[in-house]
Amino acid sequence: MVQQLHYLKESASQTAGPYVHIGCTPNFSGITGVYETDLGSGSLVNDKTRGERITIRGFVYDGAMTPLKDALIEIWQADSDGFYNSPSETRGKADPNFFGWARQPGDMATGEFAFETIKPGKVPFRDGRLMAPHVNFWIVARGINLGLNTRMYFSDEEEANAADPILSRIEHRVRVPTLIGKREGDTVTFNIYLQGENETIFFDI
Amino acid sequence: MKNILPETTPFFPRDREWHPPAFTPGYKTSVLRSPQRALISLEGTKSEITGPVFGHNIIGEFDNDLIVNYAKPGEMAIGERILVYGRVLDERGVGVPGALVEFWQANAGGRYRHKKETYLAPLDPNFGGFGRTITDENGGYFFKTIKPGPYPWPNGVNDWRPAHIHFSVFGHGFAQRLITQMYFEGDPMIWICPIVKTIPDENAIKGLIAALDMQNTIPHDMRAYKFDIILRGRRSTFFENRKEGN
Repeated sequence: MVQQLHYLKESASQTAGPYVHIGCTPNFSGITGVYETDLGSGSLVNDKTRGERITIRGFVYDGAMTPLKDALIEIWQADSDGFYNSPSETRGKADPNFFGWARQPGDMATGEFAFETIKPGKVPFRDGRLMAPHVNFWIVARGINLGLNTRMYFSDEEEANAADPILSRIEHRVRVPTLIGKREGDTVTFNIYLQGENETIFFDI
Repeated sequence: MKNILPETTPFFPRDREWHPPAFTPGYKTSVLRSPQRALISLEGTKSEITGPVFGHNIIGEFDNDLIVNYAKPGEMAIGERILVYGRVLDERGVGVPGALVEFWQANAGGRYRHKKETYLAPLDPNFGGFGRTITDENGGYFFKTIKPGPYPWPNGVNDWRPAHIHFSVFGHGFAQRLITQMYFEGDPMIWICPIVKTIPDENAIKGLIAALDMQNTIPHDMRAYKFDIILRGRRSTFFENRKEGN
């Protein structure tokens, strides 16, 4: 026998199920009077927030190209200078007027989600090279057994995207566009495909 | 909260043989919602090892008491009164303080308060079915509720969910984000549930079954179930061999 490591195992994931809204966005699901607002709902931006205002819009499509109407999407992103509003951010202090995290359910009728936020700055990779501006996504829904992680980069950042340490090491170049949100004016469109020819790249983070 | 230095190391890799795979045909909805291509591995950058922190100011007085948080004044939800308590730990066995824990469930008859729910069991006018809390400095949490009922669901022609409570947990990094479900000790429905059976490892299933704890019951009021939630652990900082920027 050798000494024991005594590590515990992470609790196994289970699907968020069809009623995730009850727990995470009760007001959206029509249950009012318990929480004043749904956590993470509303705009991430106030008058004092630094940075370029954008709206991210999109759908989550299943393998039959049908938009999910029960998905819950969370985003986590840096502020306009590339700092995260988190205790584990040790490089500097993030904009106090930018929380950086939000969550939105897809519309119950159409499935569309939308986030009012700002375009994030660049965050360094582990070796110090800068990653291109990106927004981290986490997607849960009925039928998704373990939350899916992906990133949205920006179509108006071609140069930074080309130098991004993550994007540049993806072998199948044809898949890279699945990570690029398409910017038109202040709107960035980012559709997520769970399966099919254009299946979004998901990360094991 | 204690004045401790925030941790900045990456998380242990997720054991994907332990979690349910994406494609689990016994749970039919997963068939068209499961990515089919290999995930791309991404060792923790700042984007993954940081995460939002929620203050106690978001928590209302009755947010962790589902028996009363939706009830009319002076009334209570119907059902078996229980206390659910435990700790949020990470894989190193260290308590995770300041973790936001959200929970939701069906009522005692197995009915959810949701527009798309069609089960014939009645709604309880005094039960909303959700709550939240933030863990204390040792990672501890608790809430009061009623034991949810099992219910049939459209998958196979006669599939039932065991009694369960859904949990959504935030750790200290976005990579720790987890949604799971708690089951109840002794429930024979656990082992025939297609959603439970998406988990390949029997020990992983057992890790989701809360133990009846008669030592922590509130006498003449409610029984207690203990449910610990384990989040991903973090690597130790033995050497600072990383370049500037992490």
